[in-house]
Amino acid sequence: MSNLRQKVLVLYLKMPALESEVIAWATYDGTGKKLHMTGDSDAPPYPTGLDALLDGWRLFQASQSIPEQSGKEFRTSYLKYEFFFEKIENAEI
Amino acid sequence: MSNLLTTEQIAEFTASGCLFFDSLIGDEINKEFLEDIGHTEIKNVDSVQKYYQNIKATSSIPRIPAGTPLKEAYPANSPIEKIFNNEVVDGAIRSLVGSNALIDHQFLHITFPTKYFKEANQRQMSQQNHQDSTIDPRSTFDIQLFYFPTDVTKEMGGTRYILGTHLRIVSESGIARYQNMLGQKHIVCKAGTVGIFHHGLWHGAGINFSDNIRYMFKVRLAPTEKQELLWDPEKKYKPLSNRALFWTDENTDITVNDILTKKYPWQENDTHRLDIINRIQMWRLLTGDSNLDIDYWMTRVENERY
Repeated sequence: MSNLRQKVLVLYLKMPALESEVIAWATYDGTGKKLHMTGDSDAPPYPTGLDALLDGWRLFQASQSIPEQSGKEFRTSYLKYEFFFEKIENAEI
Repeated sequence: MSNLLTTEQIAEFTASGCLFFDSLIGDEINKEFLEDIGHTEIKNVDSVQKYYQNIKATSSIPRIPAGTPLKEAYPANSPIEKIFNNEVVDGAIRSLVGSNALIDHQFLHITFPTKYFKEANQRQMSQQNHQDSTIDPRSTFDIQLFYFPTDVTKEMGGTRYILGTHLRIVSESGIARYQNMLGQKHIVCKAGTVGIFHHGLWHGAGINFSDNIRYMFKVRLAPTEKQELLWDPEKKYKPLSNRALFWTDENTDITVNDILTKKYPWQENDTHRLDIINRIQMWRLLTGDSNLDIDYWMTRVENERY
């Protein structure tokens, strides 16, 4: 089995544009080097989504733009602009 | 005579979803609460389950059927009754959910320190962000009283909460992937601090890296009466008149409307405007003025004059 593992970075941005600011984030490290969890960091890993690309993260999923439900246009719910990035790293097992 | 909240405090609650009263409960009652639950050092705790069992068996905290009036819920002269009798606590409850609130539920949250997890060979993880207790699309609201009987230091991992999230309609732990949000807060407080949360405020418990057990006693209260001007029985509140938008005047005085429209760092560019619209809807409920507006947010989208 290969020692390569996936690291996943999820960034939530202020707008659907990648150059907009990071407002929330999550990290899952498949190499096992670091255990990330809720509330472990008050500062975002990158100022914008574009900065994650510049640092070598590969975007593999972005949230869709879905029209607001008729009659519920003012309802707010989950964060809207979600971007999944990955890096493949050696786990040094 | 209870101390009702001010209009500014109600506006702050409407915008942020919480209010805090630092060191409100005196040392004597805090000590009494800790003695009542049998607080001890972590070296004396065998297991989480046994610790809870002991507290349930020996403390004065009763089992309270959901829907019990708050007035009838706690034994006379028990530490929790004394907390609810505090004039500021009583005034805040009356201001937000009225004089005949019902108990939804209560729970003593206990966060054990690292030493416990090491000895039990368990992974120590923080609690994910969540909203109590399920999808709740009401415009009326419950409140949750958070009482901290000891000092909570930064390393004790006090309750994490995200200001201004309370009006977002989500499904409990459906927000658990948001590990961190810009502007998130972590409670650091003195013993006796009381927080009052809107039921919808996103929150979660942090990790306790200290050597001491951390406690947070929570009670959820539901209103039985209209939540209209409860804080202002003399009906002194009057909406402010419209002001210039974007091309603003030079007046920099902070008004109730500025509190109601404040922005939080985690808010998206577009939906923060919807958050304001939802706050105005809540302010209409609280003031009983269904035509009230702030900065034209509602007037603009309700303009169907032709």
